[in-house]
Amino acid sequence: MLGWFKKKISPELQAEEEDVRDGDDVSVVEVAEDSAEPQDEEAEPTSILHEDVGVLFKRLTRKMAKTRGSMVAKVDELFLGKKVIDPELLDDLEEILITADLGAVTTMELVDDARAKLARNELSDPLVLRKTLQEKITEYLVGSDKPAELVMPAEGPFVIMVVGVNGVGKTTSIGKIANKFVNDGQKVLLIAADTFRAAAVEQLKIWGERINVPVISQDTGADPSAVVFDGLEYAEKRNFDVIIIDTAGRLHTKVNLMEELKKINRVIGKKIAGGPHEVMLVIDATTGQNGIAQTRAFSETVKVTGLTLTKLDGTAKGGIVVNICREFDIPIRFIGIGEQVDDLRDFDPVEFAEALFFVEK
Amino acid sequence: MFDNLSDRLNNVFRDLRGHGTLSEKNIQDALKEVRMALLEADVNFKVVKEFIATVQEKAVGTEVVQSISPGQQVVKVVHDELVNLLGGESVALDFTGKGPAVILMVGLQGSGKTTTSGKLAKLLIKQGRRPYLVPADVYRPAAIKQLTVLGESLGVPVHPSTTDQNPVTIAKNAMLVAEKSGYDTLIIDTAGRLHVDEELMGELQNIRQAVNPSEILFVADAMTGQDAVTVAHKFNQDLEITGVVLSKMEGDARGGAALSIKKVTGKPIKLVGTGEDLDAIEVFHPDRVASRILGMGDILTLIEKAEEVVDKKDAEKIAQKIRKNSFTLEDFLGQIQQIRKMGSLEQIMGMIPGLNKMAKMQDMPKPDEKELGKVEAIIRSMTLKERAKHRLIDASRRKRIAAGSGTSVQDVNKVIKSYTEMLKMMQKMKGKMGGGKAIAGKKRRKRPKGLMR
Ligand SMILES: Nc1nc2c(ncn2[C@@H]2O[C@H](COP(=O)(O)OP(=O)(O)OP(=O)(O)O)[C@@H](O)[C@H]2O)c(=O)[nH]1
Ligand SMILES: Nc1nc2c(ncn2[C@@H]2O[C@H](COP(=O)(O)OP(=O)(O)OP(=O)(O)O)[C@@H](O)[C@H]2O)c(=O)[nH]1
Ligand SMILES: [Mg+2]
Ligand SMILES: [Mg+2]
Repeated sequence: MLGWFKKKISPELQAEEEDVRDGDDVSVVEVAEDSAEPQDEEAEPTSILHEDVGVLFKRLTRKMAKTRGSMVAKVDELFLGKKVIDPELLDDLEEILITADLGAVTTMELVDDARAKLARNELSDPLVLRKTLQEKITEYLVGSDKPAELVMPAEGPFVIMVVGVNGVGKTTSIGKIANKFVNDGQKVLLIAADTFRAAAVEQLKIWGERINVPVISQDTGADPSAVVFDGLEYAEKRNFDVIIIDTAGRLHTKVNLMEELKKINRVIGKKIAGGPHEVMLVIDATTGQNGIAQTRAFSETVKVTGLTLTKLDGTAKGGIVVNICREFDIPIRFIGIGEQVDDLRDFDPVEFAEALFFVEK
Repeated sequence: MFDNLSDRLNNVFRDLRGHGTLSEKNIQDALKEVRMALLEADVNFKVVKEFIATVQEKAVGTEVVQSISPGQQVVKVVHDELVNLLGGESVALDFTGKGPAVILMVGLQGSGKTTTSGKLAKLLIKQGRRPYLVPADVYRPAAIKQLTVLGESLGVPVHPSTTDQNPVTIAKNAMLVAEKSGYDTLIIDTAGRLHVDEELMGELQNIRQAVNPSEILFVADAMTGQDAVTVAHKFNQDLEITGVVLSKMEGDARGGAALSIKKVTGKPIKLVGTGEDLDAIEVFHPDRVASRILGMGDILTLIEKAEEVVDKKDAEKIAQKIRKNSFTLEDFLGQIQQIRKMGSLEQIMGMIPGLNKMAKMQDMPKPDEKELGKVEAIIRSMTLKERAKHRLIDASRRKRIAAGSGTSVQDVNKVIKSYTEMLKMMQKMKGKMGGGKAIAGKKRRKRPKGLMR
């Protein structure tokens, strides 16, 4: 995902504005041109490029601790309290994994594996067991965390289409991700293709204002692919580096709505060669096993190339992504840890696997 | 991921046939399967544990009835216990108390509070009440606007909240407005919040204290996993919720969260959200959700869905046509379009017990969307006359239709054949249909026999 930020900043950031047709019913929220300047806030680095993973994690845990009470202190309780691995510990382990939404099948596999090793006397130290499990889970996650191959195209804008079921946090994540790009000096455009939900357009517009990024939109009820078309048309002569498209939340079981997504996808491909460069599926950390069906359906409809896992600031562990990564070859790019603009972090599989074992009480 | 639970149980009991009683060992093996099914349906780990213990007690010593298999018998015990836990009869909303009744909507971010507020307003209007929508989410961008738009679309008054106001003050002011204007029910939509956010949970407590709601509805997403218990428990502990609304239930989530929430709060699940439209709200049926959690298909929901899509008037018309032998290709097209509206065929088949297994069979022709699209294109390429009288369609017409629809003559033949087959089937059915009610009736169906296999 770091590749996203590697493209050098276009020298002609100041796009010329004349000569570009504005659709009659297209609304563009323009922003001051100097807004492309990185917004340097407190110690926040302007780029996530070189941010130290350890620092990130500390900030993440601090952020979580704010709402959760100290949980880090409880991490090792289960494993430290015991000298040997006994059946009770394995039961507890099963509970931890299932409660984290890893699902019965994956959990049984992991626990049975531990049981077998125990029987063969290959394992006796609880801490070694935990480490082994974390490594295994990390493996599942990394298996699909393909290294930063995703590089922004050498020419033309990098187009991201964001999809997912209702209410998972698509629009909010777009606000946050766009801000990350802005802080990195990129020129960003947002397209409001959720023309269905009440005030969805207004919601994205407010995000655009917050981070000083223009938003292309039409009225509620407009054809979403037409909005996208007009948006990309608008972008054509304006040298945007990144274009992010917000789509309406839809259950993956709704055939016609999934068809609509295909159409949007096609429109993007026609306007921008190779686009969309990223189809990002947003998954809510509170989601249970249905996350698999969601990923499958969205992947089959429009090839999903990245995941964002939201709402990790709650008590849900988001373990469903372990299953998702196991079954589908899709990397997790970001995690959402709050409702504010800077509540977004890069996904780190090692930390995530560790956090699965945090136990409260 | 799993086959039907009944099938798997039948596997467990393969060797146990006929008489006798279910032994502890039989039951244990069976309950292992049940446990997996419940966990995969997202029922919380602890809830499952307790549930299994209860069922075990009830099942041991049960006599094996000859007519049904032991597997079926365990399913029945499990199913009944699930229905029992999910709550017997549906519970109505409470509007008692002096002054306007207040419904307070609470829950996690994105669970569906605002949309459900709109749905409730619509429901209340139908019941002859005068609802007042009160946006009290001053945090999320455009949240007030969202509810305002919904209110406008329904013609329901919306309180003019602004983001610089305090939600508690908004609630109090709205109460005064309602009293003055004669609105009898306030629906207060609050911001989504984490149960661990003590400050915002405190805000809800303050609202509750200020306006004394007769209903505090906890809105939860049907796709929620294990964490449902933690969240529901905390909301209930802090606010003493009065009921639960389960949103997004029209999807394919198994909905184990329903059981978890019910178990941990003890509060009734009052309503179910089944879509984004404002009339997509239904009362909760424990028996259906029980079948669904067990992965046993959801035939009742399917039937209702079909009834919904098949507009009553249309259905009556079609019934008439069948009686009069005037069901044309045009009607056939209409039927196909309705099938498409119901969702993918595969999804529909997945809802039918027994069929979901068949759907996986290799040599089963997979009815796919493309095929349906083809059929549509073919019928659309026919003239109106041809659609009304399929006998007109001779070889040369078939060629023309194939060309017009971008298909082959074989495709056209196939469509006409399935249409005539359908005609034949209708002839057979005709005798059994009293006054067209079989299609149009909104009455509750008896549970189809296959369900409890
Ligand atoms: N706590 C928390 N809340 C979040 C996070 N991301 C989004 N939210 C909240 O979740 C709710 C839904 O977010 P949206 O961005 O509107 O979700 P969406 O997927 O665009 O929703 P639809 O367009 O209606 O399908 C809002 O209240 C957001 O503030 C997160 O990481 N943590
Ligand atoms: N498919 C489906 N979508 C629903 C249902 N109920 C709500 N939604 C959708 O879920 C998303 C979130 O709904 P909202 O009503 O905005 O949720 P909320 O709880 O008010 O969200 P916040 O205020 O951000 O916490 C929207 O896209 C709704 O259209 C339902 O029953 N089925
Ligand atoms: Mg949105
Ligand atoms: Mg809301």
